[in-house]
Amino acid sequence: MFAWLYESAAVADAEVRKLMRDPTELFSRAVQPVLWLAVFGQVFSQVRGIPTGKLDYLDFMAPGILAQSILFSAIFYGIAIIWERDLGIIHKLLVTPASRGALVLGKAMAAGLRGLVQAVVVYLVAVALQVDIRWEPLPMLTMAAGVFLGSCIFSTFSLIIACIVKTRERFMGIGQLLTMPLFFASNALYPLELMPGWLRVIAAFNPLTYLVDVLRSAMIVGGESAYSMPTSFGIMLLVFAGLLGLAARLYPGLAR
Amino acid sequence: MLTADLAGPPKDAAIATIALSKRYGHFQAVDSLDLNVARGRIFGLLGPNGAGKSTTIKILTTLLDASSGSAWVAGFDVAEAPVEVRRRIGYVPQLLSADGALTALENLKLSARLQGLRGAVRAARVSEALAFSGLEAAAGKLVRTYSGGMIRRLEIAQATLHYPEVLFLDEPTLGLDPVARRTVWERLLQLRQTKGMTILITTHDMEEADVLCDELALLHQGRLAVTGKPDELKAQVGAHATLDDVFAHFSGAALDHGGNYHDVRESRGTIHRLG
Ligand SMILES: Nc1ncnc2c1ncn2[C@@H]1O[C@H](COP(=O)(O)OP(=O)(O)OP(=O)(O)O)[C@@H](O)[C@H]1O
Ligand SMILES: [Mg+2]
Repeated sequence: MFAWLYESAAVADAEVRKLMRDPTELFSRAVQPVLWLAVFGQVFSQVRGIPTGKLDYLDFMAPGILAQSILFSAIFYGIAIIWERDLGIIHKLLVTPASRGALVLGKAMAAGLRGLVQAVVVYLVAVALQVDIRWEPLPMLTMAAGVFLGSCIFSTFSLIIACIVKTRERFMGIGQLLTMPLFFASNALYPLELMPGWLRVIAAFNPLTYLVDVLRSAMIVGGESAYSMPTSFGIMLLVFAGLLGLAARLYPGLAR
Repeated sequence: MLTADLAGPPKDAAIATIALSKRYGHFQAVDSLDLNVARGRIFGLLGPNGAGKSTTIKILTTLLDASSGSAWVAGFDVAEAPVEVRRRIGYVPQLLSADGALTALENLKLSARLQGLRGAVRAARVSEALAFSGLEAAAGKLVRTYSGGMIRRLEIAQATLHYPEVLFLDEPTLGLDPVARRTVWERLLQLRQTKGMTILITTHDMEEADVLCDELALLHQGRLAVTGKPDELKAQVGAHATLDDVFAHFSGAALDHGGNYHDVRESRGTIHRLG
């Protein structure tokens, strides 16, 4: 168990160093949330097109946009994995006695940390737009935990897709194909109650829904979660454990 | 199979295979290969593009499952005890395996941690490796700024931090200039001498095979065409034969194939990475 964590930490450490060397990437990822909040959010809170109870629409969608930015940056994690495969980096990792699960977990943890940086960026944008943020320690911790776990889920999902499709071109296609439906089949932009029945069923199987739901009460003053925290975190942990198990099985296939 | 089950691996062999085979669909990449490499040898695997050299190495390093047959490395069955094998081997792939976005020091630390080295031992091995590869001055620079020769030396250092019993190198000197190539040879001879490592390399360079290897095996279309010491092989072909003659003699038919798209991609990829 200790060796396992040690190996994950070693991989995460190397990954984080690489991320820190490329801050432009982080800033380019901040552009999208700014557009969504500043343009889409501002306009929709004027027209009051989506009923969000007491909450201003901009406040309502801010957690959704944070979750979206987590999803969109994590989902392209697989590209880096395919890049490592086209070189021989993955081969080098896989001939060590390190557990395959630990290697995959290390990558996920690095994505989790990157997600936290992303959260800081979205918070800055939200503050600038006068979104009513909760600054108490417990909600902040809850938000951070949700962001970390959400990043782990979507980056591991992305790694699994990379293991299946194996080439950059196919990955780009599938990545585009998956992110939008995941985003729209969630409560990021509109409350669950507004969805038609079939979409609500899909949303209930979408991990993004639980992330948004956690963030909604953890991030915003007056925001409410539809599910309890143990439910949402429990489901997200289960999903992550399942994805991690699958990823650990598929990852060695990249060296074949 | 039967002999494998009854006899098991020869105990003194660093690498042994019995009827080792790999199929990709209907294509037979490795065909009934029997190899036996004694401990402490430098063994060269030769053969034209697509002969099955990299495929064989990938099976021996537990990256790829064989379709049939058996293989043992450092006394362990690669299919049954892959983790035991991984503890005892080092591998330098044909493609680029050092991470260009990390420094040499970071690359070495990552490898050391994953190989299970801890604490003071790890620190000592990492500095030893930096000295061994002559990269102390450049240790803090990103590897993507390195020359091809520096990268190869780093990769060899990364693969040998844990003093593996058997070291596999897939075309270690491809794309290197003559000086860098000699430096790599010196490193390998040094590892054999000081650590008693068994080394298996693949190469297209007949001078390298001649100078460096104690023993050679020539693969042709997945099959073992011939095996023996360099001098024995030369003597088999003719009085004044060179290894080039040996190569041509045993794989002549393949010279005009020159491999397929996959082979070209693999070897060009290796050249690009250094350019
Ligand atoms: N994943 C794969 N799928 C299908 N065929 C493959 C695959 N990998 C290798 N092959 C084929 O198996 C054969 C042996 O390939 P291998 O890479 O082992 O050759 P090699 O001897 O290392 O050649 P080179 O000198 O070009 O590196 C080649 O014909 C190659 O095209
Ligand atoms: Mg090869």
